[in-house]
Amino acid sequence: MDVKTGLFYFFSAVLLFAAFRVITARNPVYSALYLVLAFFQAAAIWILLRAEFLAIALVLVYVGAVMVLFLFVVMMLDINVDSLRQGFWKHFPLAAGVGVLIVLEMAAVLMGGFRISEEPKAVAVLGQSVEQVSNTRELGKLVYTQYIYPLEIAAVILLVAIIAAIALTLRQRKDSKHIDPSVQVRVRSKDRMEVVKMPATQSFAARDAAMPAEAIPGTEKQP
Amino acid sequence: MIDEIFNFGQGLLSAGWWASLAWPVIWALIKVTLVLMLVLGAVTYTTLWERKVLAWVQIRLGPNRVGPWGLLQPIADALKLMTKEIVRPAAAEKLLFYVGPVMTVMPALAAWAVVPFGPDLALANLNAGLLFLMAITSMEVYGVIISGWSSNSKYAFLGALRASAQMVSYEIAMGFCFVVVIMVSASLNLSDIVAGQGRGQFAQMGLNFLSWNWLPLLPIFVVYFVSSLAETNRIPFDVVEGEAEIVAGHMVEYSGMSWAMFQMAEYANIWLVSLLATLMFLGGWLPPIESAVFTWIPGWIWLGLKTFAIVTLFIWVRSTFPRFRYDQIMRLGWKVFIPVTLVWLVVVGGWMQTPWNIWN
Repeated sequence: MDVKTGLFYFFSAVLLFAAFRVITARNPVYSALYLVLAFFQAAAIWILLRAEFLAIALVLVYVGAVMVLFLFVVMMLDINVDSLRQGFWKHFPLAAGVGVLIVLEMAAVLMGGFRISEEPKAVAVLGQSVEQVSNTRELGKLVYTQYIYPLEIAAVILLVAIIAAIALTLRQRKDSKHIDPSVQVRVRSKDRMEVVKMPATQSFAARDAAMPAEAIPGTEKQP
Repeated sequence: MIDEIFNFGQGLLSAGWWASLAWPVIWALIKVTLVLMLVLGAVTYTTLWERKVLAWVQIRLGPNRVGPWGLLQPIADALKLMTKEIVRPAAAEKLLFYVGPVMTVMPALAAWAVVPFGPDLALANLNAGLLFLMAITSMEVYGVIISGWSSNSKYAFLGALRASAQMVSYEIAMGFCFVVVIMVSASLNLSDIVAGQGRGQFAQMGLNFLSWNWLPLLPIFVVYFVSSLAETNRIPFDVVEGEAEIVAGHMVEYSGMSWAMFQMAEYANIWLVSLLATLMFLGGWLPPIESAVFTWIPGWIWLGLKTFAIVTLFIWVRSTFPRFRYDQIMRLGWKVFIPVTLVWLVVVGGWMQTPWNIWN
């Protein structure tokens, strides 16, 4: 057993433990954090398989963005954990059946295609040594040539989802005190204030009589 | 010289396990320790430099009591913080409360594994170096969220919520800046990105600094700099800490070294984003002008000087601008920066297809 195999078993063991704790942890925040740990172990296993682009993308997308939003929501919920745990054993047989079915289906697909005992080898591309081949570059070439239509369809589906999410949450609130910052920035002092020339000595009564009503201090125009 | 030390160590013991397994691990640890000492030393003295610059801006003297010109002030601060008690609130989540600061400082230091300090001078010269950096720095937000939540205090929690929204938002604009730079240099490798900036019409005339990425990608450079201010939660984007409203945000319940870890992470991140700005836009270790004196100065000094200038710019910005209002921070990130970077991405992409393409 070499170092790589040892690392694989270590990462796999931690991955299984973390995945188990995701569903058994009492606190949902801990569950979310265990899910983050599981993602990390999966990324580490992918790096062992020399799929560094996939591994980094997993960390970047799921750990860096998706799970942050998950945590964001989970932290703000005040969940009564005991009520959630009721009926666990009642639903357990059905859930276990579905789980076993999924595992069997995945095994049927994966065992057929991946029944190989050798680790994947980096294939030397024309005129380049193995070390110079960039996983990311080769992946990009394939995605933008051979798999361009699936990629475009995936992109369109994501775009539709983005537009739908915005359309669902977009509403014009009448009571909103929304301010346009650019209007605020463009305001000059003369829009808000009026400088009034006043003679130095004059009684208040005479002054009020002599001037228009809006020039009296305290009744300036409100913008 | 580095290779000689490596070979010397490898020949130290003749056993097979030493040369193949133990020595590479020890060698990697030595290199990691060296880089970490460099980073932590820079972090320590940035605190002093920041206080000095802020003082000069405000026509004060700054720290000048401990050691000559206050040079021992960071050491005194570190000693004080290390000897302080770490107080844990009674209702805090015990485990996560202590994990939080570690989660903050860990990615800030782990990111330095792929940063090159010279043409062949890096702990790991990854092909996907920039991608790795993005992945590692995107984990930065976890420490803030965990510590904010586990403190069981509403100030800390508000700080954590603000931090998660702000850092995730500005990461998108920052990611697009990376994409534009990756596109023009046709590589994710940081050394290649720097090497690509040394070519071009101006570089042939000896005016290196005009062929660096900052000039053709000026809007992207500006967006990157402002986004990195927001990513590191610096003024004017420091509503995360917002001491006027939420005391100190996620750090409010922390004391002693656990608090110092947040500060360490902040300054290590400032150095990291400044170094990235230098590598991507300011030509990394390339000298600004192709002349005998400038090329004689070693590359790592140029890299250090440029990075130091950007770190100082961070401090200058801190002493100049007032804090943004939160809705304006979000507006700037989503409605200004993301459209600007998207449009410039298309413009640069079109530019590269024309005969006037300068990046080949």
